[in-house]
Amino acid sequence: MAEQQANSAGAPKGNARVVGWCMVSVVGMFAFGFAMVPLYDVFCEITGINGKTGGRYESTEVAEADVTRTVKVQFLASNGPGMTWKFRPVVRSVDVHPGEPTTVNFYAENPTSEPMVGQAVPSLAPSEGTLYFHKTECFCFNQQPLEAGESTEMPLIFIVDKDLPAHITKLTLSYTLYDQGKQVSAAQNSRKETTTNDNG
Amino acid sequence: MSAVADTHAQDHHHGPAKGISRWLLTTNHKDIGSMYLIFSFTMFLLGGAMAMVIRAELFQPGLQIVQPEFFNQMTTMHGLIMVFGAVMPAFVGLANWMLPLMIGAPDMALPRMNNWSFWLLPCAFLILVSTLFMEGGAPNFGWTFYAPLSTTYGPPSTTFFIFAVHIMGVSSIMGAINVIATILNMRAPGMTLMKMPLFVWTWLITAFLLIAVMPVLAGVVTMMLMDINFGTSFFDASGGGDPVLFQHVFWFFGHPEVYIMILPAFGAVSHIIPAFSRKPLFGYASMVYAVGAIALLSFVVWAHHMFTVGIPIVGQLFFMYATMLIAVPTGVKVFNWVATMFRGSLTFEAPMLFSVAFVILFTIGGFSGLMLAIAPADFQYHDTYFVVAHFHYVLVPGAIFGIFASAYFWLPKWTGHMYDETLAKTHFWLSFVGMNLAFFPMHFLGLAGMPRRIPDYALQFADFNMVSSVGAFMFGATQLLFLFIVVKCIRGGKEAPAKPWDGAEGLEWTVPSPAPYHTFATPPVVK
Repeated sequence: MAEQQANSAGAPKGNARVVGWCMVSVVGMFAFGFAMVPLYDVFCEITGINGKTGGRYESTEVAEADVTRTVKVQFLASNGPGMTWKFRPVVRSVDVHPGEPTTVNFYAENPTSEPMVGQAVPSLAPSEGTLYFHKTECFCFNQQPLEAGESTEMPLIFIVDKDLPAHITKLTLSYTLYDQGKQVSAAQNSRKETTTNDNG
Repeated sequence: MSAVADTHAQDHHHGPAKGISRWLLTTNHKDIGSMYLIFSFTMFLLGGAMAMVIRAELFQPGLQIVQPEFFNQMTTMHGLIMVFGAVMPAFVGLANWMLPLMIGAPDMALPRMNNWSFWLLPCAFLILVSTLFMEGGAPNFGWTFYAPLSTTYGPPSTTFFIFAVHIMGVSSIMGAINVIATILNMRAPGMTLMKMPLFVWTWLITAFLLIAVMPVLAGVVTMMLMDINFGTSFFDASGGGDPVLFQHVFWFFGHPEVYIMILPAFGAVSHIIPAFSRKPLFGYASMVYAVGAIALLSFVVWAHHMFTVGIPIVGQLFFMYATMLIAVPTGVKVFNWVATMFRGSLTFEAPMLFSVAFVILFTIGGFSGLMLAIAPADFQYHDTYFVVAHFHYVLVPGAIFGIFASAYFWLPKWTGHMYDETLAKTHFWLSFVGMNLAFFPMHFLGLAGMPRRIPDYALQFADFNMVSSVGAFMFGATQLLFLFIVVKCIRGGKEAPAKPWDGAEGLEWTVPSPAPYHTFATPPVVK
């Protein structure tokens, strides 16, 4: 409790110490703000709470389907702001047994007269099921280039984990397709188009 | 020791410099405190004028006065100006004036930095207010500036807004460092931590909160800046970012921020209520611990602002219970204020009126906060006028009544004159009635489902909105009376003795009124 004998003669040295500690805290908290970005990603990856499904799933064990249980998987497809592609799931929902690999297709068409690149971003609801939904192949792992007027069917192969909590009987997988511009590196072009100040 | 301090005081600075340089270059805590308070009141009137635009538009359903685009700019600027321009600088001004007087110090610990941290503020707000005249208008995304509304869809002036937030953040952080250094290093001999006046305690804790969260605010606006101008994707889902992350980072700042705006008021009221009850404060130590507990808890409740964005049930339960836990230390404080008044010799001068209203109305705001904290119920209340009613009940009769109470309490010390008690009481009663008329009906509007931040509304909300607007006009106009009272008090009035309130305690009442330009050149001894 050295501060208790504080007086004006001892203050300047004490001030330097206090200011020093405060500046360290300020820099530390500024860094902490940025550290929240990777921390948040790691936290969400471990817990799956933001519905972001993981990357390519690889398993060494030979899966055996649990035929006693059926889970309904629904598919949604929507476009991000400014995206003009036609984008929809070929089937709206499938009933699957946990452990069984299932293939479904999504239809995408570029109706414009320009070659374009799209990127699909997945989200799963309920988020509790995120950790139990594995994709072995997904068009969302890569950007999708389409020539003018070209259409394609994009595959998704997934397995619902056998450990899926019993109260979850339905999973909804939604994809939002974002315009990534004309080439892979032209992500900033799309930004310019989507940035408006029109709020009316 | 004291001889050294005495000669020092006589060698330099007999009084303030002349002309504008007194204000531009001053390092005197009283001058800087006065400038903070004047700046804060100017911003209060500006933000209040914007609130008048909002209430005028909402007087009747339909669009009468302003376009929705401008209405959105008004709600945004009103919030930003009141939070960062009116309430926070007012408390920094009170701290500048009163902390050295209360702890027996000759000035703040870092007087030059003090000058700088004040003069940054007008610069920041000049930039912020100038966005109103820019192409595309001022920020229009609410004071919470959620991404991607503020990044992808924000007006071009958003970059200026970000710059302004950076500058005011730097100013607040410097102010906070100064407060901490002053309190830790400059106390009079014998003033141990647990003998410090409560305003000093609450400001010490507030300063720590500022140092902890203002850098996080700087971080989040920096991320926005990079998303807007440098092609990063912190909050942009198409680039792998997450808009929900914005809300987490923002509210990690935002929740402690609301305590930054109320804790100094807690401190001031803890001086005023004992003074006019003519009794020592009930439970000093528990008051200190309660403030500390509130400050610590404020870091683990941020997601209660985000129940509806999709938080797992465990998270909702945690944030719900953690939020409700804050009611315990707050309840301790309210109990202690009431217990201080219990069987006291009460008189109701203007500072006491504002303080008693503070205790009652802040508690109402606290109760509606508890209602909002109930996660399942929050889905109904979220983004309705109930939320608007809640935070105006904690900020207007909480922070702002706390500031008015402090102003009347210490005006005799600042000016050397007594203020006009009749006018001050009129100011109180008009403010009290106007404020309740303005904000109480908002509870009903919110429960009935009226969303916040809309320029037009369904017909069934018309009557309450009209009542609310009338109350708001009344409250707004009344503040001009406050300006008149203060100006009148500065220009003259009954001479104030060194201690104008017979029940008041503390070192600030041992110096003459008005407080001389230099005080406590020789530290007093606290027993």
